Amino acid sequence: MSKENVVLRVKRQDGPQSPARWEEFSVPRHAGANVLSVLMQVRENPVTASGQKTTPPAWDAACLEEVCGSCSMLVNGRARQACTALIETYSPNGEPITLEPFSKFPLVRDLVVDRSRMFESLKKVRAWIPIDGTYDLGPGPRMSQKTAEERYVMSTCMTCGCCLEVCPQVNTHSPFIGAAAISQARLFNAHPTGQLNESERLHALMEPGGVADCGKAGNCVQACPKEIPLTTSIAEMNREVTWKAVKDFFVRDSDDHEKKDAS
Amino acid sequence: MSEERYAVVGGGLAGLMAVIKLAESGKNVDVFSIVPVKRSHSVCAQGGINGAVNTKGEGDSPDIHMYDTLRGGDFLAEQPPVRGMCHAAPGIIYLLDRMGVPFSRTSEGLLDFRRFGGTLFNRTAFAGATTGQQLLYALDEQVRRYEAEGRVRKFEYWEYLGFIQDDEGACRGVVAMDLKTMEIQSFPAEAVCMATGGPGIVFGRSTNSIINTGAAASSCYQQGAWYGNPEMIQIHPTAIPGEDKLRLMSESLRGEGGRVWVPSDGRAGLPPKGQPWYFLEERYPKYKNLVPRDVGSREIFDVVRNMGLGVDGQDAVYLDLTHLSAEVHKKVEGVLDIYEKFMGQDPRKVPMKIYPAMHYSMGGLWVDYEANARHDILPDSPRQQATNIPGLYAAGEVDYQYHGSNRLGANSLISCIYAGRVVGPAMIAYAKSRPEKRAAAALPSTVAEGATARWRERFEQIRAMSGAENPYRLGRELGDLMSERCLIVKENSKLEDGLKKLDVISDRWKSCNVLDTGRTMNQAASFVNALWGMIELGKAIMKGSLLRDESRGAHFKPAFALPKPKTHKPTDDPEWMAKWKERNDKWLRTTLAKHTPSGPEISFEPIRSLAVEKPILAPEPRYYE
Repeated sequence: MSKENVVLRVKRQDGPQSPARWEEFSVPRHAGANVLSVLMQVRENPVTASGQKTTPPAWDAACLEEVCGSCSMLVNGRARQACTALIETYSPNGEPITLEPFSKFPLVRDLVVDRSRMFESLKKVRAWIPIDGTYDLGPGPRMSQKTAEERYVMSTCMTCGCCLEVCPQVNTHSPFIGAAAISQARLFNAHPTGQLNESERLHALMEPGGVADCGKAGNCVQACPKEIPLTTSIAEMNREVTWKAVKDFFVRDSDDHEKKDAS
Repeated sequence: MSEERYAVVGGGLAGLMAVIKLAESGKNVDVFSIVPVKRSHSVCAQGGINGAVNTKGEGDSPDIHMYDTLRGGDFLAEQPPVRGMCHAAPGIIYLLDRMGVPFSRTSEGLLDFRRFGGTLFNRTAFAGATTGQQLLYALDEQVRRYEAEGRVRKFEYWEYLGFIQDDEGACRGVVAMDLKTMEIQSFPAEAVCMATGGPGIVFGRSTNSIINTGAAASSCYQQGAWYGNPEMIQIHPTAIPGEDKLRLMSESLRGEGGRVWVPSDGRAGLPPKGQPWYFLEERYPKYKNLVPRDVGSREIFDVVRNMGLGVDGQDAVYLDLTHLSAEVHKKVEGVLDIYEKFMGQDPRKVPMKIYPAMHYSMGGLWVDYEANARHDILPDSPRQQATNIPGLYAAGEVDYQYHGSNRLGANSLISCIYAGRVVGPAMIAYAKSRPEKRAAAALPSTVAEGATARWRERFEQIRAMSGAENPYRLGRELGDLMSERCLIVKENSKLEDGLKKLDVISDRWKSCNVLDTGRTMNQAASFVNALWGMIELGKAIMKGSLLRDESRGAHFKPAFALPKPKTHKPTDDPEWMAKWKERNDKWLRTTLAKHTPSGPEISFEPIRSLAVEKPILAPEPRYYE
């Protein structure tokens, strides 16, 4: 092992139907480098460590400061953003670093996967405030700084997919919606206006693949790069969904009652 | 359901707001974005959004916001749109509040506001230290609502290539490429809005996301759209230098009390050796660390390069928050976390090392406006945000309007959302004005097919490029050249030489190697195409810089700068005022770049809203005490 170079082992696959292969790259090591800056070096000279010409690996990235959620991948098996994976941390003595695409999403190419199911899930839980229009209708409801802060943390979710990647309940045989969307339901239910449509979101979470499918492994909260209290969100939504189911059972048109209460 | 279909290119704040306005009016919208819209560059905005809500008893008002904005940009912006924006700003902030943005609150539960550069008022609403992310998510959620209703179609991982142009020169839709399959298609539309952000990657490393190549704007420019004020590039005073990116350290750090300093070397007039020298506070006792960005950047450059006082001899000064309370640190946590993650030091305990970085383009696609005699923006005019190409609109950082020669902090988010709000109705008004030309129905299929065929051919040619140049390395060279010649200090001899070097880079582009001939997510082929656009845009920026022989806002040419006035206030020095007026008479004009195959053709056009008998605001010397 040398500290002069960074060695990346990249799992390559030209497309979903193509066979996977491993390629190793070795490029000069710079101070402060991260996995993406090294991938940038690789594409400036796409040659493997053994001198073989190859195509530049495909990877997703945009902001490079862990706020857009694009560059999620497995770095030495850990689900995270590649931009903040510092070479100094992963390879203090020149150890090779392994890069693989997320395994729980359809592969597009190399390190790029299709995470559109996460955006579809946001539709399912109706993760928005149904405003009346974009006209000047005055300020929104007053809110305590405490509520604003609690909502802010949940609202920093960048749909990066780490929580789904590490979840044992998320796999090709399961419809489990995953922690991100459940926490978004909580985010909107915690808003005074969003609360008016609370039951729509709770009903969505009662469906197959909803909150009851959580196996309580707790991996999501540890993997979340934004330290969102995902297990707290799941527990709270679980409770709410249970209450909702009880209410639905005993009170006919419980939604209508809620609407009247709110108006 | 209406059959009209509109196209919006780009899914940041401006694009999504345009989509919302169109969808809200019952129109169908296609939105194209090279990344899922939720990952657009707007997420990187940290500090906040300006609006003179005046909740702090300071006597702030939209007119003062307008004054700060126009003066901050040294009067290069057209005035009525700026006035429209500042007056709409409080309403826009309330709208975002209603959408559920988790803005910071006061003890009474109202929106909290902080202070930003170039103003003396607390005018900036914020959501933690990731305001841009929070605003983008709010608009993304509203768009998703329309998407679920079937009103909006999202084309994510699709790259804009060019617009469909009919025989009369009008824009009739877009040609775009699916980045996953490399398939190229045409999408007819009643009108098209470009909302593709800035050109940071033309400068190689900047505070911009790596998707901000400016290639889409460049493509419009190459198809005949005018590009305004290309040389007006903002340098943000405080960023962390990095190999891959210069990461922004928000102005809010100074708004919350952060201080900029270097250790003194003990020379005459400075504190004793080793003591902190707070040079911004000393040089600008009123605005202190919150001078406008161009001023701050130049002062840091001066202290480091001219005085040789950079920290440890490096290109760096300290931005110090160590004296602030844990509560204040929490308010800017998101920014401090970025510093800690990339630098491995806790900025709560150790002063940050920062340096100026390319940040924002005030210039962009030229857009029109229409106002009445009282300077009110006419909400239903098809001319708002319209480029010179009929049917082609622009909104957000990609347009040249609103910021003049220098943008104030926290004005970008408001300008994006305001322009998006204006452009939607303008596009509808345009389509309404020409019912006989309804895009989908009336567009001869040969026109759209021709546009598709041209782009398919172009990509076949790119896929066959097998020369010796690595496009990414060539892109890095372009960035180094642009950063060296067109940022903080500009010199004509270097700009002339830079233009020649750009011609060489253009030639070398032709010997690029595509590196990858595949048809699945071929990022290299896409980049080779974008790189050509970056070079063409680079030429407009370089030539605009060369020909504007003055200093104004972010554009700084020491050889042509006005001397220092003899009095404290420049307005008290008649000799200086005469020089200032002479300069304005010659240069207070919009730079217009028109593309030709042999390079940009530059002219300096009068600012229309200043050419009237009584402008909203007469230009005055821009100085900060």
